[in-house]
Amino acid sequence: MRVKAPVVQMAVQEAVVVVINQLKKIKLVYVGMRAAVIGAAIFISIGIVSVNATVLPDERVDLLGHVYDGGGIQVSGPSVLVRKNIGGVVSVSGHYYVDMVSSASIDVQYSKSAQDLISGASKYSEERLEKNISVEYIHDRSTFNLGYTTSEENDYNSKTYNFGVSQSFFGDLTTLSFGLGFGQDLVGKNQNGKPDPAFRVLEKDRRKYTLGLSQIITKNLIADLSIDAGSDHCTNPLENDSCLNNPQRQVRYVSNSAKGFDWQAEKYPLTHNTDAIGLRAIYHLPYRASIRADIRRFTDNWGVEAKNAELRYTQEVYKDVLVEVKYRVYSQTAADFYSDLFPYRDAQDFLARDKELSQFSSQSIGLGVTYKMPWAIPGFDKSTANFYWDHMKIDYDNFHDFNNFMKEGGFEEGDENLYSLDADVIRFYLSFWF
Amino acid sequence: MNLKRISFSLLLLGTLSGCGYIKPIKPWVKPYERQNIADPIMSFSRDPISDSYLSHVRDAREGASGADGGAGGGCGCN
Repeated sequence: MRVKAPVVQMAVQEAVVVVINQLKKIKLVYVGMRAAVIGAAIFISIGIVSVNATVLPDERVDLLGHVYDGGGIQVSGPSVLVRKNIGGVVSVSGHYYVDMVSSASIDVQYSKSAQDLISGASKYSEERLEKNISVEYIHDRSTFNLGYTTSEENDYNSKTYNFGVSQSFFGDLTTLSFGLGFGQDLVGKNQNGKPDPAFRVLEKDRRKYTLGLSQIITKNLIADLSIDAGSDHCTNPLENDSCLNNPQRQVRYVSNSAKGFDWQAEKYPLTHNTDAIGLRAIYHLPYRASIRADIRRFTDNWGVEAKNAELRYTQEVYKDVLVEVKYRVYSQTAADFYSDLFPYRDAQDFLARDKELSQFSSQSIGLGVTYKMPWAIPGFDKSTANFYWDHMKIDYDNFHDFNNFMKEGGFEEGDENLYSLDADVIRFYLSFWF
Repeated sequence: MNLKRISFSLLLLGTLSGCGYIKPIKPWVKPYERQNIADPIMSFSRDPISDSYLSHVRDAREGASGADGGAGGGCGCN
């Protein structure tokens, strides 16, 4: 028995060691899992949309009138938004929006036939009608939303479906969100204000994915990070026809004609992939005012790289009067296949003369006033009247002022003055909370 | 490279936190401290109808879009 005692003792010791090792392993696994979850939570917290994602949005009605005036184009119209909660967990909203456009953009207007240029027949007016319905549902700290949007013009129709989910955690300091958008467009072409029977309607599919993280950083500071990825592609392309450009627009190229150049149709790729990342922060000052900063960077597979920054200051100047001032800068590079004047016909596989694909920079200033009405309107808790004015100045680096060229002459083709655009954007709206 | 460094730092931070070397992070802004945060002037979109319109104007005038809080739609801006 004495001989066996050390054996038993060793066996017991081995068993204890094995058990301890297993426990250590389990603990390591537990610690590892905990670390992974916490690490993932911290990782997610870097990424962002709405700070109060678990609270239903305000019940309100907004009536807006808008005007855009710049570059020879006037766009105006009304817009209405109604939002109503049902049962404390569901919010339903409807949005109605109209654009009444008085004229085409300069790059479309002056890319048509010489006859059009002389007669001015390229001027036109059209209307765009957009309708949206959205439903938002709250469960615990999660928010789910569904949206459906239609946009109708006489030469362009689209449908967009949106789905989004957001989750707040970390004591509601952090909100993580994800969104998915799917759209189907029909691109047509007008001739003298009516659908061109010779043009086959092109179909376009759109996808958009968004990831957002909103973080309350201090009791006076909120930050918001958004990442978007989008993809548009044509589903029924014809040779030389892409759904991604305006069928009305043409490119010009150097020729032996009397005027020194001629026109041909644009040629675009069949897909357009975009990526954008934006960071926003807003800070509450010691008095009732806030200062906000936005930055964004954008790239796409057409060679456009853009960046913008904005600074916004909001302050209560008198009781019930809020004033807002902002300044924004934007710049972008040109698409790889953009040119204001190509050296000859069919100079490249892809050809574009859309000034929004040229290289340019812009500056904007904005002023706004919100006045809370002191009197009570029956049925509403609060009412405001709002007036906002923005002025944009866009300087194009490689898009020339063809308008002046046509009027004044004296320029060699391609050496016209660079185009610049000044635009005023006005929003006047009444808001009612109930 | 930067992404690798950030990922490693986050993983290390998470691991140290999980092992008890760093005290678990707790929400540092208490609910009763969020008066300023709840002020409408701290909202990224105080009036959605107005922001939606301005976003639409910019999408039509600029080559870039997205990552600005807007849902996006088919505006026929091509």
